[in-house]
Amino acid sequence: MQVTMKVNGDEVTRDIEPRMLLVHFIRDELELTGTHWGCDTSNCGTCTVWVDGEAVKSCTTLAVMCGAREVHTVEGLAKGGELDPVQKGFMEEHGLQCGFCTPGMMMTAKWLLEKDPDPDEETIREAISGNLCRCTGYENIVRAIRWAAEHPADDTSEVTA
Amino acid sequence: MQVPETFEYERASSVEEALDLLERHGEEARLIAGGHSLLPMMKIRLAFPEVLIDINDVPGLDQIRIEGDQLVIGAMVRHQQVLDSPLLYEHYPVFRDAEKVIADPLVRNRGTVGGSFCQADPAEDLSAGGAALGGSVVIRSKGGERVEPMRDFHVGPYETKVGPAEMLTEVRFPIRPGAGSAYEKVERRVGDWAVAAVGAFVQLDGDTIADVGIGLAAVGADHYIVPEAEEALRGKPATLEHLQAAAQLCHDNCAPTTDQRGPEDFKRHLAGELTLRALKRSIARARGEES
Repeated sequence: MQVTMKVNGDEVTRDIEPRMLLVHFIRDELELTGTHWGCDTSNCGTCTVWVDGEAVKSCTTLAVMCGAREVHTVEGLAKGGELDPVQKGFMEEHGLQCGFCTPGMMMTAKWLLEKDPDPDEETIREAISGNLCRCTGYENIVRAIRWAAEHPADDTSEVTA
Repeated sequence: MQVPETFEYERASSVEEALDLLERHGEEARLIAGGHSLLPMMKIRLAFPEVLIDINDVPGLDQIRIEGDQLVIGAMVRHQQVLDSPLLYEHYPVFRDAEKVIADPLVRNRGTVGGSFCQADPAEDLSAGGAALGGSVVIRSKGGERVEPMRDFHVGPYETKVGPAEMLTEVRFPIRPGAGSAYEKVERRVGDWAVAAVGAFVQLDGDTIADVGIGLAAVGADHYIVPEAEEALRGKPATLEHLQAAAQLCHDNCAPTTDQRGPEDFKRHLAGELTLRALKRSIARARGEES
């Protein structure tokens, strides 16, 4: 069936099976492979994207359910060649090792900072509790998100548009 | 790659439309809200509905409100809303306790109250908390609306009173002034299903237990309850001795099974110990000694 949604601000239309999961729609239909596909069981969180402003696991969301909704992926974080503070934070604080969990971590981090621009460590750890890092690099991930909180972009409306 | 069996997709924009679609497509149609129980079941072929009816666009079911002496939670309220609700926290902190240990924030952004209750998983935390509080559920069909007692809603594991062309629209809990409530859970790791968990409320009249409710998850208690333990407490002084006796009854009268989350005797031990803790904490909250 035909489904139309906005992905990173652009309207996209595809003819898909209703059973197609959002993660496969994003990766295979739109070829936005920044969103990773991990456990398939809503445990690991590497497939985290935003649907209508909420961070969700795209392996447990049907693409058709996102018809007429707005999806944001990791590709939408940087604006006009400028990295988002969350991305800069992961660079500055070495928030990734193998990088597999990173897109999900960053989308969750960005969602957290939208709700709570100045989260403490406990809040950050709770927020990323649905994102697994098998390199166990959590210390640096927490620092990266704190870095982003301390270095907000000049115009935050631009990065969330 | 885990992908569900094929199905048809429909989207409803009102309760009436959802009920129409359920009726038209018959018994093999299922409603989908958050999908965080149903889609995993479909991926591993424990469920294979022929039609999914998406109710995310249905308005009016995402409210938490007070109606008379009832606290009402709409079926489409997300777990995150329950966690964040000052109204629920004011009346029943058991909800916040339970939500903090349900899955993770991303799952809580999608999963709904109605979905949790209708999934009727014997290990589900909100269902155990709801059983502790009692109350009622509202089920709509094209013929109208019926109200069922919360404690009759779960017929058995993964089975509820909701019939083929019906939908759960809200759950209601009686407001009990001065009651304290709490939820205690042991899990193998953050966000996992309970090894065992217990929710409780206690309403005091001075130092006497005027009313009490206990709900147990993952330990094989029918309808999530052990009524003998509640009976043993009603009208009794809120002393450690009486709480321990009730905890012992939960320990003795639940029916856990050994699985990957732990052996039967360990779960039984937890059922008793967590009952004691949930009761103690409920009483401390009723007395204003703990927030």
